[in-house]
Amino acid sequence: MTTDHSTFNEHDVLHELKHYLPAQAPLKDFIHHNTLHAFQKIKFFPAIQKASEMFGYKVSLRLNEYRELYEKGKIRKDILTKTIIDQKGSENLNTWLEKMIHCKFDDAIHPRVGRLRSYWKNEYHIDMDALVHPILYRTLCSFLDQGIAIWNFPSMNKGFLETLREIEKNSYTSFFTTERAKKLLIEDHCSIESLLKIVTGDESLYTLYLYDQQFAHQGWSGMISAIEDQPQTLLDRKNISLHDLIVFELLLEIDALDFKFGKTWAPLNVRVKQVPVELFSEVNSTDLSEVITLWQQAFEWSYYDEVLAGIKSNKGVKKEGSKSFQAMFCIDDRECSLRRYLEYEDPKCETFGTPGFFSVEFYYQPEHGKFYTKLCPAPVNPKYLIKEIGSTEKRKKELHFNDRSHSLIQGWLISQTLGFWAAIKLFFNIFKPSMSPSAASSFRHMDKESALTIENKTTSDTENGLQIGFTIDEMAARAESLLKSIGLIKNFAPLVYITGHGSSSVNNPHFSAYDCGACSGRPGSVNARVMAFMINHPKVREILVSKGIEIPVTTQFVGALHDTTRDEIAFYDIENLSPSNKQLHENNVIHFEKALDLNSKERSRRFESIDSHLSPVEIHRKIKTRSVSLFEPRPELNHATNALCIVGKRELTEGLFLDRRSFMNSYDYKIDPEGNFLFNILKAAAPVCGGINLEYFFSRVDNQKLGAGTKLPHNVMGLFGVANGIDGDLRPGLPSQMIEVHDPIRLMIIVEHYNDVVLSTIQKNSETYEWFINEWVHLVTVHPETKEFSYFKEGSFTKYEPLKEKTEKVKLTPVLENNSENIPVYLID
Amino acid sequence: MEKYLHLFVLLPVLGFLFTLIVPGKNETVISKIAFFSSGVHLVCALVFVAYWLFNDHPHIDFKDFVLYQTDSHEANPYEFFIDFCFDKITAVYLLVGCVLTFLVTAYCRSYLHREAGYKRFFLTIQFFFTGYNIAIFSGNLETLFIGWEILGISSFLLIAFYRERYLPVKNAIKVFSIYRIGDVGIILAMWMTHHLFHQNITFSELSNEVLVSHHLESHSFIGIFISFMLLVSAAAKSAQLPFSSWLPRAMEGPTPSSAIFYGSLSVHIGVFLLLRTSHFWEHQTSVRIMIGVLGLSTSIIATLIARVQSSVKSQIAYSSIAQIGLIFIEVALGFDDLALIHFAGNAFLRTYQLLVSPSVVSYLIREQFYNFKPREHSIEDSLPKKIEYSIYILSLKEFNLDSLMQRLVWGPMHRAGSALNFISVKSVFVYFIPAFLLGVVALLNEEMIPQTVHQYLPSLFAIFGLFMAAKAFSERTNPKMSWILIIMNHFWIALAVSFNEHFTYAHSMLYLSGIVAGGFVGYRCLVRLSRYEKLDLNQFSGHSFEHPKIGLVFLISCLCLAGFPITPSFIGEDLIFTHIHEDQIILACIISMSFITCGLSLVKLYGRIFLGPHVKTYHDTPYKSS
Repeated sequence: MTTDHSTFNEHDVLHELKHYLPAQAPLKDFIHHNTLHAFQKIKFFPAIQKASEMFGYKVSLRLNEYRELYEKGKIRKDILTKTIIDQKGSENLNTWLEKMIHCKFDDAIHPRVGRLRSYWKNEYHIDMDALVHPILYRTLCSFLDQGIAIWNFPSMNKGFLETLREIEKNSYTSFFTTERAKKLLIEDHCSIESLLKIVTGDESLYTLYLYDQQFAHQGWSGMISAIEDQPQTLLDRKNISLHDLIVFELLLEIDALDFKFGKTWAPLNVRVKQVPVELFSEVNSTDLSEVITLWQQAFEWSYYDEVLAGIKSNKGVKKEGSKSFQAMFCIDDRECSLRRYLEYEDPKCETFGTPGFFSVEFYYQPEHGKFYTKLCPAPVNPKYLIKEIGSTEKRKKELHFNDRSHSLIQGWLISQTLGFWAAIKLFFNIFKPSMSPSAASSFRHMDKESALTIENKTTSDTENGLQIGFTIDEMAARAESLLKSIGLIKNFAPLVYITGHGSSSVNNPHFSAYDCGACSGRPGSVNARVMAFMINHPKVREILVSKGIEIPVTTQFVGALHDTTRDEIAFYDIENLSPSNKQLHENNVIHFEKALDLNSKERSRRFESIDSHLSPVEIHRKIKTRSVSLFEPRPELNHATNALCIVGKRELTEGLFLDRRSFMNSYDYKIDPEGNFLFNILKAAAPVCGGINLEYFFSRVDNQKLGAGTKLPHNVMGLFGVANGIDGDLRPGLPSQMIEVHDPIRLMIIVEHYNDVVLSTIQKNSETYEWFINEWVHLVTVHPETKEFSYFKEGSFTKYEPLKEKTEKVKLTPVLENNSENIPVYLID
Repeated sequence: MEKYLHLFVLLPVLGFLFTLIVPGKNETVISKIAFFSSGVHLVCALVFVAYWLFNDHPHIDFKDFVLYQTDSHEANPYEFFIDFCFDKITAVYLLVGCVLTFLVTAYCRSYLHREAGYKRFFLTIQFFFTGYNIAIFSGNLETLFIGWEILGISSFLLIAFYRERYLPVKNAIKVFSIYRIGDVGIILAMWMTHHLFHQNITFSELSNEVLVSHHLESHSFIGIFISFMLLVSAAAKSAQLPFSSWLPRAMEGPTPSSAIFYGSLSVHIGVFLLLRTSHFWEHQTSVRIMIGVLGLSTSIIATLIARVQSSVKSQIAYSSIAQIGLIFIEVALGFDDLALIHFAGNAFLRTYQLLVSPSVVSYLIREQFYNFKPREHSIEDSLPKKIEYSIYILSLKEFNLDSLMQRLVWGPMHRAGSALNFISVKSVFVYFIPAFLLGVVALLNEEMIPQTVHQYLPSLFAIFGLFMAAKAFSERTNPKMSWILIIMNHFWIALAVSFNEHFTYAHSMLYLSGIVAGGFVGYRCLVRLSRYEKLDLNQFSGHSFEHPKIGLVFLISCLCLAGFPITPSFIGEDLIFTHIHEDQIILACIISMSFITCGLSLVKLYGRIFLGPHVKTYHDTPYKSS
């Protein structure tokens, strides 16, 4: 932390500033992450309190919301009592109960950031933000624009400031109103330090001023910072940096001040009466913060306890005998229920969960595509390229997005012709919605009929430094790692499905947040198909045998894609199946269809527009319509209500109703006594699932500041972000429609393995360990033999015995039909 | 046939009233009411238009009922009556309006699901549609003005739909201020037509060429004045130069409301005004040139601005403005039919484009992915570099239109306000109330005042009134003071006009009745609220969140004070104007300035107290930049 402010080090300050800004990439690469990632170095509760004090975020539910939950029984009394006793001692139980349930607290938030710049308004009577922000946003947005504007920002393939300078030099008009700022820019006398000197007058204020300034529009600053760090995230690349943004903004501020006061005005330090409190200084815990901490924990454990009790009473038995088919799915919480229904429809099948890129990492180039798309978790940088060839699909055009409607003369013609067509289209869109070119569809990601360049011919076959396809050895290594990590090394069924997932929606700028997070926010179809090809390859199978995985010749792997919005599934390369497998496949498809119908029925209980009592088929039809309806802001609920991540065998949870709240990673501790595969699983699960969970958490508790607010008024800016209105700041985070049903609790990872193995595994990597030791996710182990639970805290495991004694057994259908809220954990009858 | 016309105004009113009594939580019933009232409206419109076409599409005009009437023996008999008419212009506006309202209502049923303010939204939509119907069916300026005012206030409410955020509220006030200019344009036009024709004329009478040219012969200046005022109103409502910058800023509500209001119906009402009054100005070549030139320059500049927009909604807004510019040209050239077709096409197109605008990301990104060329060559690249850059910056800054409006509208008010800083609460009571009483005494003894003094008194008092309004606007701490000043403004105006011409006190009473009633209720609201909260006008306080009822009552009181058509003051305001002589342009200007200022002070007062981010930070408080 920067504590010494007597000297201003631009590089360090900017570096740290970038760390605190929102890190969300442009919309097309929307990937979930911990919104408060900058605070992850400290423990969860002190961290969020600090974030709140510094930046004014609301970081938990409000006190009265917890109290309401308590009254409704959503926070259990026994858990509350236990939480207080554990942390405050039983002698203080009543004092704390009184404080938590009855005491009045002032929970107003007074952020530290922004206090210095408030002097502009209070002392100078100038509304700096109103004068500077509109032109600043416009200029930034036009510079970065990816294809909305028809007349683009004059580009010289130079940096932002350089471009501005060039334009200013060669123009009769100016971005500025007065002379000085223009001159400073043109003559290049504009280091951040020198400009800050003009504005604030005192070096000790510089850092604070920059934070105040950038956090007045953290959406834009965060976007610039993200683009600076990963320029490839914009297809039409732009050269911009936070430094450039700050310089331009300071110039605009000087311009505004010059315009209002003439050339002579006193810099800020003259009028600042009292230097505001240092941004990073210690934050002390208060009674209120402790009360909130206790409530939050009681809230979380009220649910966790129920889950653990459920697992304890669930007597899952290993299904013996041959399997009708096996199916791998993504660990995604949305696949949780589909797997349950498949197992219900065909009790002889077996399902698995694993991150949806299926252990193959590569860039993908669709036929005629001008760019590569990364298809693996975002931090990984693949060395391989897979190309689509032989696609016959035609992309349909949406005439109403045509540029020409915005020109004068052609617009004149278009409005009198296409204009009337628009009315008809609108009518059908409202009363009979159907798939249109403007929708985002997961099945368009890859043409079903196309071929892929999966097998590498010679290692010299490269394109732009990427090897085209994988060699046999490379394929085998990936296949082995996939199969071993999920514990599927014997008892292969004739057909093994590898099912990726994606989503379809319309009128949804956040579309990529609905796709597979493990594929960098894209559908997982290509990965599924590639992995199926790899394991089907005879030479790969030969190598696998030497690794102890013997796959019968009759067994074939099939790639597939599950659309989580429409509950549809597509299977790839069916023509390669043997005649007998084809027969089996056709039979399986019937089970899949039925399971998908049932799955959509289960999902429908959350949807106001669909009556859950209808038949599964009827509901499924409505769900499909819903996904292409322009007027439907909730095509699906995505990861809302996620709260668990279970790493272990399916027997642990089979027969347990977890209400689509759990990520599920199949894992067999027996194959992995040293925890090598576990290490890879947790290395990914903590940041990916934890990131999803915390983004939902923070967007839920402060949808205005950490979320994107309601999506209904959103305006698309330059194709990379959304804002409110035309002059608003960008809104990173999740819109309210995505998080409104979410309960803000942290993720609990449940691992089936021995404590010592788990402990040494998570300690292998400090970045992973940080998630656990600082309590951003909870960790519980299940002893493989005794089924005892241990909870990880302060670096070691302690035994946990669930307070809830019995888990009810219920018939599922009536429960689902009559509840739209979260449903407790049940055993399924 | 004419008796059916009522139906079109009545249906949305019924919808509005029914919605009013449904509890806010009951989304299904609220949306059903809206759906059925707009659906029935659409069916009725289709049937009626078919019937009308079948019967040789006559021009229907009928005088409905008289709201107020002066003694017919007076030199300038005054009659405020509601008049409806129906012809092809109304038919087209009716059909487009019905279709779009019906579609958007259906669209919003699920789109707004779970949104706080679901009921408020449908109420406002129906309120808007009522105003729209009154406006398009109106047969005279007075009736039109009622609809016009309703459109203005419902626009304000919809832009500020997300009232807990700063920008929507700020922009709503901005748009309202421009609408206010349009209102005054109509008031002045009504005033002058009254003097020109010595009666309250209907639009149908205007099509009597002989009558119009007879009156205009000797008063060509008045003709131009009236036409110019109508043009100002039309330009303000239809976002033509120099008012254009309000339209993109109005896109703050939920997307469908932006689509129907600012993409289509509301923004084309200016065109409607021109079409409706075309018989009046079509023989004045200078006016036609004026309209044409305005349309042309708007369409060129708006196109330039549209070309550089990098956000979807502002791009659509400016392209729509450019098309409306073309419609203005068509109207000026007398191609009414073309203008109507163009209006309908443009309205549908922009509504649809706005509704699908969130899809633009996935669609255009995909297009870009497959068709990317490093640099699109645009036509401007062939210009000399220096000119290209200059126009680019200018377009990016919207030709400084927004800052121009800022300076023209708010600038003088702020300056006047700060010049009036010497007026304190005390001085209002010490000087201005006695001065007013003195004025009343003088009025009672009018015959004793020398003629030279007497002729300046109306303007002097009117200026005092304007002072009051300006001071009310710039008041930063005390809302009650601000409120009293606004009321006093009206009293000064009444006094000023009373000196101008002899008329019965009943006219002043009529004018002041609504003001006094609204003033009293509003004052009670402020007293009540200040019992719970510390009121401060330096920032938005968002009190409607915790005190929604007081907020609603206060809003209604504000409408009373602004002369909104819910109290007799609305007629009184018009009536007061008729007592200003046609050669007293200055007095008319001062009083209209007062009306503008007063309206702005009210909306600012309401906004600062009840709208915006809540001052209490234990609520979710959005950033100021959102």
